[in-house]
Amino acid sequence: MLDETDRAIINGTQGGFPVCERPYAGLAARLGLDEAELLERLQRLLDDGVLDRFGPLYRAEAMGGAVTLAAMAVPAERFDEVARFVNGYPEVAHNYRRDHDLNMWFVVASDRPRRVKQVLAAIEAATGLKVYNMPRRREFHLGLRLEA
Amino acid sequence: MDLSLPRLFPDSGPLDERDRALVRAVQGGLPLVPRPYAAVAAAAGMSEAEVIARLRRLAAEGVIRRLGVVVRHRELGYTANAMVVWDVPDDRVAGLGRCLARYPFVTLCYRRPRRPPAWPYNLFCMIHGRSREGVLAQVEQLVRECGLDALPRAVLFSRRRFKQRGAWYGGDARDAG
Repeated sequence: MLDETDRAIINGTQGGFPVCERPYAGLAARLGLDEAELLERLQRLLDDGVLDRFGPLYRAEAMGGAVTLAAMAVPAERFDEVARFVNGYPEVAHNYRRDHDLNMWFVVASDRPRRVKQVLAAIEAATGLKVYNMPRRREFHLGLRLEA
Repeated sequence: MDLSLPRLFPDSGPLDERDRALVRAVQGGLPLVPRPYAAVAAAAGMSEAEVIARLRRLAAEGVIRRLGVVVRHRELGYTANAMVVWDVPDDRVAGLGRCLARYPFVTLCYRRPRRPPAWPYNLFCMIHGRSREGVLAQVEQLVRECGLDALPRAVLFSRRRFKQRGAWYGGDARDAG
């Protein structure tokens, strides 16, 4: 499980990471670690699956692209098949099964604006199921930050 | 990854082809080596200085929202993930959205379009918690303190995560089609 140092690393890097020649060295100094230990621990957190990656979160709209949240009502017996098809698109960022008639919820993002609608249309055509497109109209908060 | 052949993106946005190569090169994660941008530079066919300058610019322009750890919340013990939604009169969305966003346990809060009759809700927020009971208590707190008690709502817990990673930007094999 995570020890205090792991938690400090996770909590200390969710806010950002320097872009300079030796970024890990600077971060390690801030956390009171040496660079090699920080790198080892990050590698272990990745290997253990606690971290998905150590890298960028992009904003598709700032690239000139688009992002949306989409939902479908998928019959239970088709759920796995439809999930496999939807998740096969690299533009699908994540996909959750939720408790509702609309039971599949996924995010679609692309750096090319027309691509999001193409993906939604292709899913609708291939599955025969309606895809509800719910792009955000306004954002009140941003930045998923979880205390480890 | 073959970055040697430039591709044409007729509807591409403000990124140039070298930005795109860089976006592709780092999206799976930075190398865990003392000089990660030098390693990225070697893979992307540019100098370390160019990688650093471009990443700084992409961050300043908001293309990179942030750079750092991307956690898997279930593995951190945040097993109760709820999308909480309300059907709010249009003229009250802004005020109620701002109220919800003030709570530290609300990690995202958006206005989205209704899709009646299947979906009557227009204000969405996410709560990640360690238990369903804890999340439901937080929803009750929001309802009470933001004055949402008269408004229709739904709490959609996730039952299963099928995929959690960033979308893949900058093109891949499907771009040919």
